[in-house]
Amino acid sequence: MNRSTGQPASATRRQFLKAAATGAAVFAIGFYLPFGRRARAQGVPQAVETPPPNLFLTIDADNNITLISKYLEMGQGVTTGLATLLAEELEADWSQMHFEFAPNDASVYNNLVFGPVMGTGGSTSMAGSWEQMRKVGAAARSMFVEAAARKWRLPMGELKAEKGHVLHGSGKRASYGELAADAMQLPVPRDAPLKDPADWKLIGKNLPRIDSPDKTDGRATFALDIRRPGTVTAAVAHPPLFGARPTGFDADAAKKLPGVLDAVQIPTGVAVLARDSWSALRGRDLLSVEWDNSNAETRSSEQILADYRRQAEGAGLPAANRGDAAAALGRATQKFSAEFTFPYLAHAPMEPLNCALEMKDGEAHLWAGSQLQSIDERVIAEIMGIGVDRVRIHTLLSGGSFGRRGNPVGDWVAELAQIVKASDSKAPVHLLWSREDDIRGGFYRPAVLHQLEVGLNDEGDISGWQHKVVTQSIFSGTPFEQMMVSDGVDHSSVEGLADTPYQIGDFSVRSFNAESPLPVLWWRSVGHNHTAHVVETTIDALAAMAGADPVEYRLKLLPDARDRETLKLAAGKSGWGGNPGENRGRGIACHRSFGTPVALVADVTVDGDAFQVDKIVAAVHCGVAINPDIVAAQVEGAIGFALSTLLRNEITLENGRVQQSNFHNYVPTRMREMPKVEVHIVPSTDAPTGIGEPGVPPLAPAVGNAIAAATGKRMYRLPFALA
Amino acid sequence: MITLKINGESHQLDADPQMPLLWAIRDHLNLTGTKYGCGRALCGACTVHIDGEAARSCSVMLGDAAGRDITTIEAIEGPVAEAVVGAWRELNVVQCGYCQSGQIMSAITLLSKNPDPSDEDIDASMEGNLCRCGTYQRIRAAIHRSARNLGGRS
Ligand code: FES
Ligand code: FES
Repeated sequence: MNRSTGQPASATRRQFLKAAATGAAVFAIGFYLPFGRRARAQGVPQAVETPPPNLFLTIDADNNITLISKYLEMGQGVTTGLATLLAEELEADWSQMHFEFAPNDASVYNNLVFGPVMGTGGSTSMAGSWEQMRKVGAAARSMFVEAAARKWRLPMGELKAEKGHVLHGSGKRASYGELAADAMQLPVPRDAPLKDPADWKLIGKNLPRIDSPDKTDGRATFALDIRRPGTVTAAVAHPPLFGARPTGFDADAAKKLPGVLDAVQIPTGVAVLARDSWSALRGRDLLSVEWDNSNAETRSSEQILADYRRQAEGAGLPAANRGDAAAALGRATQKFSAEFTFPYLAHAPMEPLNCALEMKDGEAHLWAGSQLQSIDERVIAEIMGIGVDRVRIHTLLSGGSFGRRGNPVGDWVAELAQIVKASDSKAPVHLLWSREDDIRGGFYRPAVLHQLEVGLNDEGDISGWQHKVVTQSIFSGTPFEQMMVSDGVDHSSVEGLADTPYQIGDFSVRSFNAESPLPVLWWRSVGHNHTAHVVETTIDALAAMAGADPVEYRLKLLPDARDRETLKLAAGKSGWGGNPGENRGRGIACHRSFGTPVALVADVTVDGDAFQVDKIVAAVHCGVAINPDIVAAQVEGAIGFALSTLLRNEITLENGRVQQSNFHNYVPTRMREMPKVEVHIVPSTDAPTGIGEPGVPPLAPAVGNAIAAATGKRMYRLPFALA
Repeated sequence: MITLKINGESHQLDADPQMPLLWAIRDHLNLTGTKYGCGRALCGACTVHIDGEAARSCSVMLGDAAGRDITTIEAIEGPVAEAVVGAWRELNVVQCGYCQSGQIMSAITLLSKNPDPSDEDIDASMEGNLCRCGTYQRIRAAIHRSARNLGGRS
């Protein structure tokens, strides 16, 4: 049987798809930069046309249905979600469904929310495919029914589709596999009706994950598992300082190792090419490299923070401005002022960055957990001096990403292309980053400084909110700049704050762009992972100053029904208001990101300077929950992921050098630290919104507010310091 | 030449005896279910069974593994392995899946010694297996489910 291995579509399939796409001309062909100003992350594409179904699914004679996924599976369950939408409208049986990854072709497989870009991120996948995949399924179903009707010379109205078969009352029955050849010849219906939600059989059910079997028996193929004959492994000596450049090297010691084949200088360091991973890593460690540090970051973390503070004394750029915050603060009878700091953070996906490149017949074949194929293909084309149409990306399962694998400059893919170019390797080359490379490799969540002052009047209502944010811009200078940066303000630096759903009349947010050679990148939930903590800690403090219940106080300020329902659900399910007991505290936080409000109630136990998160009750409103169990898993996972940033994770610099290197000093959350998590979903038939990221932002403030409830101490720095 | 007994077969390897077993398994025997995560016995992604015990293959030298009975995720079998894999699937444990070979190998060792582990037993014996996707709650539940299914069978 044809199993779902997550293998990329073959070259012949790709050519076939290309031909089919050209004939249909459903989407504009071509890729251009910069990417246009489109709906931001929570935006949902407008009218979605029905593409030819054979671009998104194949059916074999044994009636196996294979979804062609345009999105990268990095654990978020996207392949299960897409297959569910497809199978629902197609009237397929869940056991028939398999998946593979689409070839790089943004004319067909673009992310409808991003625009003419093939890529996965911003928690957009389900929102962006909700209509498209169902329409594909409905069109295909109608084609199978029509094919059967023609074959049996019966009216279509007398036939029905069920579990991958077309049936007639007379007992006639044919599988989709049997009908596929005939169905393919039929025109694609433009308006095949979508099912009424009342008739859904798969959407809303806890179907087993489609990628689960292969991920539990060792068969799943991640990029690191790709085996091409004759492959050479490369490891790179990277500069100890960000922004440094190699100027020369000595590889004599490395070349004495029997497995080492070559060493080449590239812009990002010096690469050792070897017969296997072990030889490459050992050879790399034996290199001696000279670096030009003249443009390097040489500051320490404290200096960077001090520079941020100095910068915050300036004017900055207006990111939000309503009413007159200064005047309102002047009238306030109580004030809350605070400074919050956040460190650099590494993504540290479990599978370290790696990819393989093979030059063959003038074409470049890349095997990678590629999250932004439209970037990666362009990066390779430029370095190798070939047309973008000569780059073939074979997307593979990725062992986590959290944003790291979708890089607007494609750093790791570019590094591999530079190695292949410099070594002129005819053999496939597999670039392997060690965990040390990953932790020290930059592209971090930037360090952030928030300073704010908020006033309250006699009634406890907000009277003026002035706020400054200093951080490095993630989007400036990238192809996404036009989408996310306006008048110098990077929306991602202030998202979740400048556009807070809380009704604040006199409100001012100023944004300060810090500069450093240290490269930064989006990290699960992007700006929300710091703004949520500041806003929700502040709101909680204001409620306390006003003598109000934290839930009631928030409800008074939140006009939107989605936010309100979510908050109330979390409060209700947690038994909010109860007393959690001695040395224990209960806190709440609610934050909307990627269109999805998430409210968390945290129960913590404090023991001296240490704390343990005992339990989290979560409520989410993500529109229709296509697979409620995966929604729950994403929230559980987001909590497990984010918890490490409260407990201890930080990347610190000493004279420019990263002090962390591996999982002993950058330790992810461990099993015994994982709280019991309960996830409740607000019932809804609205179009789906994001779920991969929105669970992250409210964790720090919910736990911080619980600690404050237990100790009276607010958490102003990440990771938390109770001492 | 080093003789490696892996998944019931003997292989002759012409490799540095100091090479970590992990790389021999992945690069020389092309068994890719065993993963590289840290290379320093810090994450558990590379867990295999050596003479029935969970071991971090990144930190065992090839020379020391010679002649011993090594099992990788591809070849696990028996009632405990079946119960564990079954429970993992029933409870939709995996996310990215990259750590899960190692998690499953550790869970099998745990349940082979302790057929009914408490939460504390699980936390203690799974301590060295990191999951960056945060699937811990489900791993714990799946280990309890495996124990229950195994109990029901005996
Ligand atoms: S790779 Fe062996 S423990 Fe991490
Ligand atoms: S499932 Fe991704 S690291 Fe565990």
